Amino acid sequence: MMMDYGTLRGLIALLILALFIVIVVWSYSKKRKSAFDDAANSIFEEKVEIKHNDKNNKQETNNV
Amino acid sequence: MTTTLDHPSYNFNVVRQFTVMTVIWGIVGTLVGVLIAAQLIWPALNFETPWLTYSRLRPLHTNAVIFAFGTSALFATSYYVVQRTCKTTLFGGKLAAFTFWGWQAVIVLAVITLPLGYTSSKEYAELEWPIDILIAVVWVSYAIVFFGTLVKRKTSHIYVANWFFGGFILTVAVLHIGNSMVIPVSMMKSYSIYSGAIDAMMQWWYGHNAVGFLLTAGFLGMMYYFVPKQAERPVYSYRLSIVHFWALVSLYIWAGPHHLHYTALPDWAQSVGMVMSIVLFLPSWGGMINGIMTLSGAWHKLRHDPILRFLIVSLSFYGMSTFEGPMMAIKSVNALSHYTDWTIGHVHSGALGWVAMVSIGAMYHLIPVLFNQGRMYSIRLINIHFWMHTAGIILYIVAMWISGVMQGLMWRAVNTDGTLTYSFVESLIASKPFYFIRFVGGVLVVAGFILMAYNMFKTIRAKDGSLKPVDVA
Repeated sequence: MMMDYGTLRGLIALLILALFIVIVVWSYSKKRKSAFDDAANSIFEEKVEIKHNDKNNKQETNNV
Repeated sequence: MTTTLDHPSYNFNVVRQFTVMTVIWGIVGTLVGVLIAAQLIWPALNFETPWLTYSRLRPLHTNAVIFAFGTSALFATSYYVVQRTCKTTLFGGKLAAFTFWGWQAVIVLAVITLPLGYTSSKEYAELEWPIDILIAVVWVSYAIVFFGTLVKRKTSHIYVANWFFGGFILTVAVLHIGNSMVIPVSMMKSYSIYSGAIDAMMQWWYGHNAVGFLLTAGFLGMMYYFVPKQAERPVYSYRLSIVHFWALVSLYIWAGPHHLHYTALPDWAQSVGMVMSIVLFLPSWGGMINGIMTLSGAWHKLRHDPILRFLIVSLSFYGMSTFEGPMMAIKSVNALSHYTDWTIGHVHSGALGWVAMVSIGAMYHLIPVLFNQGRMYSIRLINIHFWMHTAGIILYIVAMWISGVMQGLMWRAVNTDGTLTYSFVESLIASKPFYFIRFVGGVLVVAGFILMAYNMFKTIRAKDGSLKPVDVA
């Protein structure tokens, strides 16, 4: 039997709601905590050499 | 793939170019805004010249602040953040440089064609079809550079700021191409392929999502990198940032119809737009709280650091605008607010408060890093800029609130016999003093930008490394 347009849209809405709940549960699961803490801190670990190629190839450390 | 494999050598050249242009376009865009604000008080300021009339300069103002200032800031920060967090240089070699020159060409073309009167008459999408094609080409190149860089990243995780930048780039491509579908009739004239209520719906699907993705998601990407960086502490809740992202992108896309309340748009579509706009309050405030709470335990930093103050106050304005917006989307409130200065006030609390302040904060963080300095030339000038900008916004939005609510009330007032109590001109006369206050606010904002440009050029021209960071306890 053909599903009518309204029913289809309703089911898609429910599917997206379910997907959203899965995202919330996943991101708040205990297992993910340490990985997310690492991710949040990842922007502070870089102490990389930046080459300023337009300024006589001078290299310097920049940890800003 | 590119050839740099030995050590991370970032492409900061394009970031520098976009950063400098952000500040310059900031001055130009707000200056045009001040000119048209002045024209509303002193109409003679159009000098009887068609090119300088309000009708032609107003789209120039909006294009300049959104696409020249705001989008240059997004290019600069997204190229910077994606390289730093992926620990790799930009993908695509010269394509990044093409996005810079291509985008500047788009802006110059806008500056030429809009005053000449070439317009598609679609708000925030006024540019005619040849320029639209150039925008599409530049934007697709931007997407290739950005997502290409994500693909070749040296880290396993994609930091949350990049999700917001990516969402913004992808959605703006779809919006721009979808809304710009036209049939050209000559080099500088075209007609939309959509008609009637469908054209209006397409226009505000585009228009509101330009707000939602360009002016919100993109700048949230900026926020998620520069607020933690400047505060020197990780974001309050990384998990909340993930929920924030998915909630925001899945809800924003439906809010457009609130621009078309009480029009020929079907009632059900208006109601959907209203409900989705109200629901949107939740992810907006989730993100705002996530940003502000990043400072939790380190509030004292606000006392010494005007850059951080720019960033945090931008979030307060974001919270304010995203409370005001859903409220104005309610049909009965909209009946009062729509077509009045209240809308202009709302837009500017978002644009000057949220978008400009978060960009200015990010630029002040970026400029010393990009030009080998420990800090900006003058912290004091940043502080003065902060107060000028803040005072300017407050004058602006308070004036527009009062003027807007007054207009709404005057326009709907009827006598017992059903005739209108006030003529339109009477409401204009009542608004005039508030237009002057708005003008003063705008002048403060422009003056702040000029200070910023001075500070920037002094920083750039200082001897490398001569400006030492100041340590505050």
